[in-house]
Amino acid sequence: MPRQGHRPVAVVSFAQADNVRRELRRNEVETLMPVFAEVFSNIGITKDDVGFICSGSTDYLAGGPFSFVSALDAIGVWPPRTESHVEMDGAWALYEAWVRLQEGDIDAALVYGFGKSSMSDLSKVLALQLDPYVLAPLWPDPVSVAALQARSLLDAGKATERDFAEVAARSRKAALSNPKAQVAYDRNVAELMGEDYVVSPLRTHTLPPITDGAAAIVLAAGDKAFEWAERPAWITGIDHRVETHSLGARDLTASASTTKAAEVAGVNDGTVEVAELHAPFAPQELIVAAALGLGDDVLVNPSGGALAANPIMSAGLIRIGEAASRIMDGSAGRVVAHATSGPALQQNLVAVLEGV
Amino acid sequence: MSERVAVIGAGQTHHKAKRDDVSIAGLVREAALRALEDAGVGWKEIDAVVIGKAPDMFEGVMMPELYLAPALGAVGKPIFRVHTAGSVGGSTALVAAHLVSSGIHQRVLSVAFEKQSDSDAMWALSVPQPFSAPLLAGAGGYFAPHIRAYMRRSGAPRDIGMKVAVKDRLQALKNPYAHLHLPDISLQMVEESIMLWDPLHYLEACPSSDGAAAMVLGSDKAASEAQAATGRRPAWVHGMAMRSEPTMFAGRDQINPQAGRDCAKDVYAQAGVSDPRSEFDCAEVYVPFSWYEPMWLENLGFCAEGDGWKLTEEGATALDGGDIPWNCSGGVLSSNPIGASGMLRFLEVALQVRGEAGEHQVDGARLALGQAYGGGSQFFAMWVLGSERP
Repeated sequence: MPRQGHRPVAVVSFAQADNVRRELRRNEVETLMPVFAEVFSNIGITKDDVGFICSGSTDYLAGGPFSFVSALDAIGVWPPRTESHVEMDGAWALYEAWVRLQEGDIDAALVYGFGKSSMSDLSKVLALQLDPYVLAPLWPDPVSVAALQARSLLDAGKATERDFAEVAARSRKAALSNPKAQVAYDRNVAELMGEDYVVSPLRTHTLPPITDGAAAIVLAAGDKAFEWAERPAWITGIDHRVETHSLGARDLTASASTTKAAEVAGVNDGTVEVAELHAPFAPQELIVAAALGLGDDVLVNPSGGALAANPIMSAGLIRIGEAASRIMDGSAGRVVAHATSGPALQQNLVAVLEGV
Repeated sequence: MSERVAVIGAGQTHHKAKRDDVSIAGLVREAALRALEDAGVGWKEIDAVVIGKAPDMFEGVMMPELYLAPALGAVGKPIFRVHTAGSVGGSTALVAAHLVSSGIHQRVLSVAFEKQSDSDAMWALSVPQPFSAPLLAGAGGYFAPHIRAYMRRSGAPRDIGMKVAVKDRLQALKNPYAHLHLPDISLQMVEESIMLWDPLHYLEACPSSDGAAAMVLGSDKAASEAQAATGRRPAWVHGMAMRSEPTMFAGRDQINPQAGRDCAKDVYAQAGVSDPRSEFDCAEVYVPFSWYEPMWLENLGFCAEGDGWKLTEEGATALDGGDIPWNCSGGVLSSNPIGASGMLRFLEVALQVRGEAGEHQVDGARLALGQAYGGGSQFFAMWVLGSERP
């Protein structure tokens, strides 16, 4: 049950689209429609049962302004609805909805995130996320930024390239049991270590796939959660923090913002059984796990994580959905979900979810 | 439980066509520092930052809040980015207010900005989209047919829009932060300006501005501390609401959208307002094209449907002599840093009920409405502020 006197709010339903490299048959609205149908039918409700809607997406994937506007047509916001949008991963849309549910005037919310990375060139698009005066003009691509971070880990003696490969091997193997995974395989570490570098020290297996996808979650408060779900995944703590932007001004081998958010969310106030971490590049999982203070006995990314599918703007929300699913299916009692945004883990959100 | 929320500090930049004296970070800091100073607090007293702006393509920076985090004192804190089209400045203030009313934070800094001179909004609004009909005419081209429909429906005379254009620019002369200061503005000058999108003349359209707005939202406790420290009264939130509806479907009334009517009804119910024209002392309403004043007068229930233009014509909405002054600051028609334009509406009513609006102050203003809209007249954000603690 929640800490800090917060109103109890739970994840009661989760759905995601198939994660694919290039969705050629459906636009964003068409991708979202079956996701909404599933997230509602899972618990036998309709859009009329939620009092607030919040989404996360970015115009830069679609290459046009207001890409979130047409997504509303997948819901059909008529009569008019109380609705909001963040230019952030859907995990932060969930945070806004959680805040909104604290006030007691509404009992349920729909949150979603979506994006088709295939419509643009991610290596160019994500470069535009960097400081527009001193960094973006150099067009640093996201793989090179991640390589800088991985190199810092190696130089600091905090990890080896073998550690990176182990993360990738474990994640892709776990992904074999995730029907939504885009990349899944059973390959040993030695074989992965034989791959060529993409950008040293990152080999192909350390990189996330490029993914088109979408996800949605229904949140419910108090009695409503029990009415709709047999085992609601109660959000007992949630917080997010940001660090400075400049890569040169941060310790890239640690994640101070994750640690701070974990403290506020109360990650270590109990035993963590499962953690779903949003670490698009394999070395980042080591950084996030250390920042959260997770022990060796924690099952990390049973879904395969972002290495199995990385739909920009919903990959973080999917971590919350996957972690909540472990509570809802009865396989775990206390789990942690993490979402990240910005270059080299600049901004991080941490949530703790528990069964009753 | 819902806690009380107040605006305890407000700040804005001088809005101009080109603020090439500052970076984007410099621009937002200018507004933020003024808001902090007004609230009598420093960066360390701020618990979280909520930032809003219109499409990222307006500057060419994807999710600029990441780069702006250190400039806004957000390192180690939560920073949150809102984007709800043109209503975003208002929505940003509301998201910040909910962080306080939910009891999560004591003081939240809300910031909104646009540096339009970094790009070309007309271009950014007109990028062809796959699967969508191209809109190659910018916002004015989109809204002009709605205005013509309003004129036909209401029988309004053709000069009503020009009257709004003159009134708002005369009011802007009393606002030192306004982008447009046109001391010679007249009906003739508006009529002789080039016709952009019939019936909108050049001077009936908003300018393109660089600018930012910021407010510190505080709890009950933060409000009394700010008042004790600065001697300035807080502006209390009496109601807040948002509504969205789809862009288009058969039967949608784009002239008098239901989302706007529903949003107003919600916010009036929270504030206990039944007759907006007599109960509000003033309003700041998003009027980017002159004719949206009479259209929103009707949508917001200040008069019966079809009568909005009559209020404008008789001067009811003028600061000088009107009973319900609208856009005393000069409004969007005088300053339009798009992402901040909605927040400026919300901020200006805070100034009014705090008695801090200077030359454009409405004497004794106690209760006021701030409204912002966006998209194809489909996203609405509103709040009611009062000088009395609710």
